Amino acid sequence: MTAVVTAPAKEAAAPERTLRSLLRHRVKGKLLLIAVAALVLIPAGIALWGSGSWPGELTVNVSGPLDDANQWVIDNRDTHPVFLYFLLHFSNTAVDAVDVVYRFLDAMGWLGVVVAGVLIAWRAAGLGRRGVKVAGTAFVAFAVCGLLGMWDATLLTIALMVVAVAVAALLGVLIGLAAGLSDRVDRALRPVLDTMQVMPAFAYLLPFVLVFGTGTPAALFCTVIYAAPPMARLTALGLRGADPAVLEASASLGASGWQRLRTARLPLARRQMLLGLNQTIMMALSMVVIAALVGAGGLGEQVYSALSTVDVGKALAAGIPIVLIAVWLDRTTAAAGDRIGESAPGGGLLHGRSAWALVFAGVVAAVLGRLAIGTAWPEGWTYDISTPVNKAQNWITEHLSSGIPVLGGTEVWSEHFTLWILNPLRDVLTWLPWWSLLLLVAALAWLVGTWVTALTATVSMAAIGVLGVWAKSLDTLSQVLAALVLTLFLGVLAGIFCARAGRLERWLRPVLDAMQTMPQFVYLIPVVALFGVTRASAIIAAVVYALPAVVRITTQGLREVDPAALEASRSLGASPRQQLLQVQLPLARPALQLAVNQGVVLVLAVVVVGGLVGGGALGYDVVKGLSRGEMGIGMTAGVAIVCLGLVLDRITQPTTRKTD
Amino acid sequence: MRTLRITTAVVSALGVLTLSACGAADTGKKNDVGGKKSVTLTVPSWVGAQANTAVAAYILKKELGYTVKTQQMGEVLAWDALAKGDVDAIMEDWGHPKEEKQYVATKKTVVKGGDLGVTGHIGWFVPKYYADAHPEVTDYKNLNKYVKDLKTAESGGKGEILEGSPDYVTNDDALIKNLKLDLKTNYSGSEAAQITAMKKYAKAKKPFLTYWWTPQWLNAQIDMVEVKLPQYKAGCDADPKKIACAYPNTPLQKYFNADFAKNGGEAAQFLKNFKWTTEQQNEVALMIAGEKMSPEAAAEKWVKENESTWKAWLPKK
Repeated sequence: MTAVVTAPAKEAAAPERTLRSLLRHRVKGKLLLIAVAALVLIPAGIALWGSGSWPGELTVNVSGPLDDANQWVIDNRDTHPVFLYFLLHFSNTAVDAVDVVYRFLDAMGWLGVVVAGVLIAWRAAGLGRRGVKVAGTAFVAFAVCGLLGMWDATLLTIALMVVAVAVAALLGVLIGLAAGLSDRVDRALRPVLDTMQVMPAFAYLLPFVLVFGTGTPAALFCTVIYAAPPMARLTALGLRGADPAVLEASASLGASGWQRLRTARLPLARRQMLLGLNQTIMMALSMVVIAALVGAGGLGEQVYSALSTVDVGKALAAGIPIVLIAVWLDRTTAAAGDRIGESAPGGGLLHGRSAWALVFAGVVAAVLGRLAIGTAWPEGWTYDISTPVNKAQNWITEHLSSGIPVLGGTEVWSEHFTLWILNPLRDVLTWLPWWSLLLLVAALAWLVGTWVTALTATVSMAAIGVLGVWAKSLDTLSQVLAALVLTLFLGVLAGIFCARAGRLERWLRPVLDAMQTMPQFVYLIPVVALFGVTRASAIIAAVVYALPAVVRITTQGLREVDPAALEASRSLGASPRQQLLQVQLPLARPALQLAVNQGVVLVLAVVVVGGLVGGGALGYDVVKGLSRGEMGIGMTAGVAIVCLGLVLDRITQPTTRKTD
Repeated sequence: MRTLRITTAVVSALGVLTLSACGAADTGKKNDVGGKKSVTLTVPSWVGAQANTAVAAYILKKELGYTVKTQQMGEVLAWDALAKGDVDAIMEDWGHPKEEKQYVATKKTVVKGGDLGVTGHIGWFVPKYYADAHPEVTDYKNLNKYVKDLKTAESGGKGEILEGSPDYVTNDDALIKNLKLDLKTNYSGSEAAQITAMKKYAKAKKPFLTYWWTPQWLNAQIDMVEVKLPQYKAGCDADPKKIACAYPNTPLQKYFNADFAKNGGEAAQFLKNFKWTTEQQNEVALMIAGEKMSPEAAAEKWVKENESTWKAWLPKK
């Protein structure tokens, strides 16, 4: 389960065909076996356990020990040597590091920061039109942050990001090196990385707070945990993907393993590693608001405190800078990544080291300029968007929520969706006897994969029961399934349109960027105003977050379909519809599978946020665990979410496991 | 050659790190800027508490010359930070028996800071327009008759009672069971979601029943009437499963970090003296939430208009 979008798709493509034909032959046999097993097992199940929910005697209470551990930390953290001589150094260093970066940025003055951002963007994107465009993006991003009156909060967030991304990237590269050089380490680390991403940060925020204290340290470490996996995965992918011929050549020249790594493998993996850095930055930014929940400050705190006065305008004013920072960093790192391997056209003053010197000189000049104009963003150059935004929001919710002729309005839709889709789905899941659900999971997983897949899926499902959150998990599962179906339907549809009309894609790109990086907390209030405190609201929040990835992967997958195959079908007289259904979609299957995988991961990532708008079940429990300081509840629900992720991953990913 | 240099660098870096780890880390406050003249307050997520924190912070800054740092975080996390000294004072606490026992009574890292002067009360509320039309609804005994009015898609045929953030103490599931009510709790999961839903109902003049409390700024915008529950008696909420009585009236408390209370000088004395009324708190809260003023601006306005009140809180020289 990776949050990485582009790279693995190509990996999966090659073995795909052979495997699929293999599966074809086996499916009938498997179905027959499953039917036989069902005939024997279902009557046995009914006779032995009857029906209904997970039996109480098969549960283990893990809350107790977890709460005890919680208590032990509280009692011992001021005196125990582990804290005094080891852990406290971490938290103090973290605070100092963020503080140093923030003071440094602050001392540069607003002009210095803007000039540095713009010049570095320009240098990274190269000369010519592209460089100008990226530099322009950087300039607009910073200017808007200042205009919205968020300059200081933006600096604090950037400081936190710089430290978090640096640590996450370092950690990611180390893990990636280990995983890239050894198959065994790679296999062992895979579930660890999966858990790091699917486990909601809310669940482990509490232990970090207890150990490292509120404020910067806990926020920083949680961000690192969430953001490191993409770097690790892509580094490993890059190392594995190195051209064997090059390695052979360097080995034959007598290079030692260390030399080979340094001179051949790492440079060859540079492009992947930069993509990993890009993803790591995006992940880190998505943690900004969660970091604010434990007092980390910055833009996240602005969003969070705006929520308590139900002030959408103010939350948006803090949310926009987060999106803009993401866009600026994304375009800059992506441009730098694209340039790797490009031969620089000639030398000259504007290339190589002399260009960096120019950047440096420009920044120094701008920093000196602060003496003339002051370090703080000029008070007069701010604009308060809060009131107009709130007015617009009120108007929209008032006019869309009910009373629209024929269509009915969002409130009516939400009610119908809950009554006719969510409730029946949940009722069926909870009505099914527990053992029959285990059998169903086992059968589905075996049908799409191997017996190992089936075993993992079934054990994960059983673990949910053992943890004692069976009913709640099924409630969450029903919401996740509904959100997933909706996301995939809308996402694939939008992806098809985007792939056919390039202009639409360009037009959608900033919208998708915003959907992915805008903190969910900003649009929670409008969603509740439109759809009410219901599970439907939670599902909308999940769909908004997961949709962009699905659209992007689908578009890219369809675009990369071999043009020759399309040309051939066209010359045979296939209509556009036939081309799409019979050539493009089947050929883009690996990409579509990745889209499903991303859909699962991202929808699960928002289950907790759904708990804040009436989603209930596991999401609510995780939030409750954090805000009540009860580690048992939060961690149990968090682990159950990870288990759900494993189950869904195993029964929706027929081939990726094979190619690993 | 180069490898050797890198190895040396790594080894020496690790050495320095190990040496530095030999010293015990500084457990004291890292937030102190320039020593003693700084105070850290926690800002709870609801607006009433934001109001008194903002006023306290404003006076500390302008009158007593302190640097004030405010940190927004959950209630239990704030208690933890208070015990560790990351936060100096909580200005409004609604009662956390577990934390009080642990930190105030046993570990003595937190001390009481006295009454805030505001009395909080939790209860079940319906909007006034609904209570006026159906006066009977304000007694819990009659609630079952109004189930059809309170039904929503989430409540599965029962009446819905809207719940708030998981932060809040609630006995409602036990109450519903023990009072044999045909109701179902719907946890909105955050105060913002709950308020948004209430505003929406009020605008459409729809009936609803909610877990709610006073003082609350929204009460100035939506008139709410409390539903009568069986009377609260001391100890009737001892067993969480058997609760069948109303919520108590809670005189809201202030809590200080023990070291801060002892060595906090003028700031500690001032915060100890800080005491105002529900009306005064609501006035500031409404400026923040209703008129969307920034907490600082609201505090400034209130401080300018109520000099006589806060002058009495300043420490005697």
